[in-house]
Amino acid sequence: MSVYLDHAATTPMRASARVAWIEQSERGGNPSSLHTSGRAARAVVEESREQIAGALGARPSEVVFTSGGTEADNLAIKGTYAARLHSVGASRLVVSGIEHHAVLDPVEYLVKRQGAEVTWLEPDRDGHMAVDDLRAALTPDLDVAVVSVMWANNEVGTVQPVAELAAVAREHGVPFHTDAVQGVGQVPVDFAASGADLMTVSAHKVGGPVGVGALLARRDARLVPLVHGGGQERQVRSGTLDAAGIRAFAVALVEAVGEREAHAARLTALRDRLILGALGLGLGISVSGSWSEGDAAGRLPGNAHLLVPGCEGDSLLYLLDAAGVECSTGSACQAGVPQPSHVLLAMGYPEAEARGALRLSLGHTSTEADVAAFLGALPGVVERARRASGAA
Amino acid sequence: MRVVAAMSGGVDSAVAAARMLDAGHEVVGVHLALSRSAATLRESARGCCTIEDAGDARRVADRLGIPFYVWDMAERFQRDVMEDFVAEYQAGRTPNPCLRCNESIKFAALLDRALALGFDAVATGHYAQIVERDGADGEVVRELHRAVDAAKDQSYVLGVLDDEQLARAFFPLGDTTKPRIREEAAARGFSVAKKPDSYDICFIADGDTRGWLTSRLGEQPGEMVDAVSGEVVGEHRGSYGFTVGQRRGLGLDRSSLDAEPRYVVGVEASTNRVLIGTQDLLGVDVIEADHARWCGAAPVGEVRVGAQVRAHGEEYPAKAWVDEHDPEVVHVRLDSRIRGVAPGQSVVLYDGTRVVGSATIASTDRASVTSPR
Repeated sequence: MSVYLDHAATTPMRASARVAWIEQSERGGNPSSLHTSGRAARAVVEESREQIAGALGARPSEVVFTSGGTEADNLAIKGTYAARLHSVGASRLVVSGIEHHAVLDPVEYLVKRQGAEVTWLEPDRDGHMAVDDLRAALTPDLDVAVVSVMWANNEVGTVQPVAELAAVAREHGVPFHTDAVQGVGQVPVDFAASGADLMTVSAHKVGGPVGVGALLARRDARLVPLVHGGGQERQVRSGTLDAAGIRAFAVALVEAVGEREAHAARLTALRDRLILGALGLGLGISVSGSWSEGDAAGRLPGNAHLLVPGCEGDSLLYLLDAAGVECSTGSACQAGVPQPSHVLLAMGYPEAEARGALRLSLGHTSTEADVAAFLGALPGVVERARRASGAA
Repeated sequence: MRVVAAMSGGVDSAVAAARMLDAGHEVVGVHLALSRSAATLRESARGCCTIEDAGDARRVADRLGIPFYVWDMAERFQRDVMEDFVAEYQAGRTPNPCLRCNESIKFAALLDRALALGFDAVATGHYAQIVERDGADGEVVRELHRAVDAAKDQSYVLGVLDDEQLARAFFPLGDTTKPRIREEAAARGFSVAKKPDSYDICFIADGDTRGWLTSRLGEQPGEMVDAVSGEVVGEHRGSYGFTVGQRRGLGLDRSSLDAEPRYVVGVEASTNRVLIGTQDLLGVDVIEADHARWCGAAPVGEVRVGAQVRAHGEEYPAKAWVDEHDPEVVHVRLDSRIRGVAPGQSVVLYDGTRVVGSATIASTDRASVTSPR
């Protein structure tokens, strides 16, 4: 039995979601059809929409279903950019430098191919965005199309002051987007209370299926569609609605949000045990991002991100995998080669330090035995990885 | 044993990995990322460092149910293979990058990392055989031999490996012919069973070596000179683009020459001159080579060998002896003159099918005839 400590990548589907998924897939029916089975599918989609909106502090009409978090991020960035360029000539994006690639890459695409300009917001050493930096970036002479700052970082788990940032954007009349894929189910996420105009959520990070997510978009948010066709989802996102996926998404999300408080307390304790255990091994390991024991608000309860000096992240991954522990460096691969994390580099870590990163992410199936197995394997793994680093 | 199977994404390394697994070893597949531009995706599968190749290797590993990793060796490859390749051509020599890659990447950087991570050996899809014999003092002696399939034999590019490297190497394909390997790959259900062989230099996508060198070294116009008369017979844009024995693409001013075919008979990097001559000037029978590596003990005195001077080239009868002053230098005297011996290439010495050793050709000459240079 392997120890799964990569819940931030994807977390096992909840049994309730799996049942709902299969049940709905057996029913069939296109939610856009006018006949009986179409209407029945439509009812399932709309009921799910209401449940998802309810769980996230949004109105049902603000939920735009997508194929997942990446599409929702793309729609938020490119769709808002195109709309704001057209309506007010705004061509600048203000984006945090530690976003997921699903935000970074659309931004870079707009800059390279569409003539957009970008102001990157740089984090402090813990990965926090400063409200004053955003204020400075929104000086009146710059026509900003959209601001995007994630709710919580997928690598180091730092939770951003989203409500304060969104308030600053609102003062300047600029739409604010937040990628809340990692935050939902771990920290309280309320769309209306956050003041954000656009928010990305994904099903498979909360125990739903892969391939479904949503962009929450305030009713006054202007979005140019990326996908044209049958005009589903307020004409913003065409394509036949995946009733089974959406149903399972709603079931998983409602369950995750309902259990959140107890779940967060349990994960925080496990996370702290893992971090304290790793720091106590005498291997020079440090924790990156904002962390203090018991803190379930400033750092994602399920996120432990360690820097192991003198090691290559991919050696650590291989050796841990061979020892039955599945985890991640947290950063993106290029053709299978882990790259030094742009998040850690933005936070001011030198490349050599950033190369020894290890992300352990806990979730609903995690146990104390998982943490113990990881901590038991770590000393031998680090010793070998250091030898390999010296060799290569 | 715990073995890293180096998986290029081709059919040979796929079958090699499978055979290691069948033999009862614990196998982990490793694909080497050798290109800085990881996004390289070529039309045809001719190299070994594209995303497509990495994907093919991964599919085979999945099918075998073995772990698979991509290891980034691009920096080492850039430095030890590509920059060496450019520098060698600039110096008027003709390097063999595959040999260099085996010497400094596959059986050095890769092997070292594998050993540090707790592996015992590296297996590759090279066509060559390692034969183990009992030595005099009870130790196991490892010999490198030609593959059964003479047409695919790659012992030439492995001749640089020393005893320690050979002790950590597996070449599971050496006892089988290529057509049988393809059949085996198909029988095992590998998608790469019919993938074309790679012949070209993996980092030169279009096979245009001269163009690739020009993009790095720039044009360096110079003279083509008749090796005997010293007369200028043409111009070139960089002596680095020429190899001894080359006949095509010389662009000679034929008006001053007779009808006999002309060849490159020498490349003089110091004066940026390319020496041109007729076929008879190409024949050499004296080779001096340096950076000698011996598979086992160095020969004592003069020994009879078969000498191979280029990859997939013929083997010629010769005698060889180690220089009395410099153990890194080896002298080879061929029984008769051969053509197209290019400095920078390796001369690999064989005793039957056994590799005796290898060295880099430094200079050539003709016994009892005045050298044209």
